[in-house]
Amino acid sequence: MSQVTMKVKVGKLESLTDNPTHYCAGCEHGTLTRLIAAAVDELGLREKTVMIDSVGCSVLAYNYLNFDHIVAAHGRAPAVAAGLKRVRPELNVFTVQGDGDAVAIGLLELIYAAKRNTPITVFLVNNGIYGMTGGQMAPTTLTGQVTTTTPYGRDPALTGTELDASKLLASFDGAAYVKRASLVVTELASPRGTVYTIKNLLDAKKTVENAFKVQMLGGFAFVELLSTCSINWKMPVLDAKRFANEYMVKKYPLGLYTDTFGVEKK
Amino acid sequence: MAKQRVYLKGNEALAYGALEAGLNAYFAYPITPSSEIPETLAKEFGTGRYPEYKFFLQAASELEAINMVLGAASGGARAMTATSSPGFSLKQEGLSYAACMELPFLIADICRAGPGLGNLGPEQSDYFQSTKGGGHGDYRLFVLAPASVQEMALFPRIAFDLAFKYRNPALILGDAFTGQLKEDVEFPEFTPPKYDVSSWATTGAKGRAPHVLNSLELDYQKHYKHIGRIFEKYKQAEANEVRFEEYQMEDAEKVIVAFGIVARIAKGVVNKLRSKGVKVGLFRPITLWPFPKVALKKLASEGKQFLDVELNTGQMLQDVKLAVGDSVTVDFLGKWGGIVPTEAEIEKKLHHLEVVAV
Repeated sequence: MSQVTMKVKVGKLESLTDNPTHYCAGCEHGTLTRLIAAAVDELGLREKTVMIDSVGCSVLAYNYLNFDHIVAAHGRAPAVAAGLKRVRPELNVFTVQGDGDAVAIGLLELIYAAKRNTPITVFLVNNGIYGMTGGQMAPTTLTGQVTTTTPYGRDPALTGTELDASKLLASFDGAAYVKRASLVVTELASPRGTVYTIKNLLDAKKTVENAFKVQMLGGFAFVELLSTCSINWKMPVLDAKRFANEYMVKKYPLGLYTDTFGVEKK
Repeated sequence: MAKQRVYLKGNEALAYGALEAGLNAYFAYPITPSSEIPETLAKEFGTGRYPEYKFFLQAASELEAINMVLGAASGGARAMTATSSPGFSLKQEGLSYAACMELPFLIADICRAGPGLGNLGPEQSDYFQSTKGGGHGDYRLFVLAPASVQEMALFPRIAFDLAFKYRNPALILGDAFTGQLKEDVEFPEFTPPKYDVSSWATTGAKGRAPHVLNSLELDYQKHYKHIGRIFEKYKQAEANEVRFEEYQMEDAEKVIVAFGIVARIAKGVVNKLRSKGVKVGLFRPITLWPFPKVALKKLASEGKQFLDVELNTGQMLQDVKLAVGDSVTVDFLGKWGGIVPTEAEIEKKLHHLEVVAV
């Protein structure tokens, strides 16, 4: 029998509201919400933090995270964040965006925020699909993957191959921090059967903190977080985790791409 | 800046006018014939001459620029962008969101000939897009139409004031003519008013509940109420913020209705005909929204006849007709494609007013 075990710090985070989230079973958006709240609390940034909510599954984050929010148009979150940060440089401004939002319709806004090293933080939740609109192909959808707009599998002859956002942003001067981490628990064989470890989540937690630290140091921080979407992938939750760990990571290897300030070593 | 006379292009005057009005941040994207606005503001950025002026950036697209304005306005700053017609189409996304989020900022459209790329000559064909919302959904922008370089210089003060008072974007709708025209301008001394943004701006939730600036409302009843409240606000604006100019109107039997640069040409026609004893006057809407419909209706009730002149195929004409009603004659003279009517053309049309009523 499978069992999911996870140690979480019990106690109220000031940056979290009491509202239950709307996220689907097995979705990592809730995990990221909590990691962000923990990082903001630990860094003492809550009272000067503004989140730019983006169109996609994170659009309702203003119900869950207890600080100021602006809800941006599809793809425009980095531009809105930049506009705010430039007139209120004392603030801690960040976006949480999906792959459809940041890598398709909002790619220009993302690229130029990085190119100018705009002191904001962008979290990209890469689950390889448009979640909120019901499972259409994203630029990150794996070759051959079935979505509602690639019902026979993604055909690279027609749609090109996967777009690697971290590699793209690391390919030019600009962003102070580019890292790909994962929010997906991993399986581990044990004598008692399969168990799940939160190794990835511990690294993601550290990464989220670092991404805020980079902004405080005056640089642009980009964190891509691999996630699942069991509902739209049409897989049971644990199968979706397995799919992410076996197939997605091969296309999107985890790791640090750029760290100008050396925050990972500190 | 103390009161002084300077010789400026309309676009330059608009830029300095915004600085005089306390501009904090400008987000640019170049497009002819509006580019002197960002060029002037780029030149002034960092000089320290305007202590409130903190940030200038050339964005990578019209969309990026308007969304940066939206972010800066969310922080309570006096933010601005400017563009010309093809760019104005792209701005509509941001304007729709901002109106629903109730964000105050200033945008200028130096209207050129359209549709599509059109050309670089003056048109007033963005009238519909400016006065009826322009983007998706139901909303309005404050729309001010300057008719001189002097007004290009002074209207940013009015526009920012309206924007912050009503928490709604304000638009200065110029045209290629007023943007490129060079004239003497005066900047009367001015202290930009302070606006209290503490009840809504996203400045960090210190000692207060979080502020959420949002256009999304999934509860239909709540969204119904929200838009209803915005239109209550618009009703107040329609009652209190209408501006227009009446020139030689006391005994006028014929009235030219025109805005922007066309009103300037029409004024010449009025002067010429008045010297010959013809009872003609000019009615110039300054706010295209809110539109001076009550004033026009009153003129119509006095039995006057109207000639509407525009740089388009008849856009404001619809609002004029709506204001004066069916029983009143409204003739129309339109020029488009970058062509501006001559005084002689307007005069000729005016003589035939009774005959060629539309």
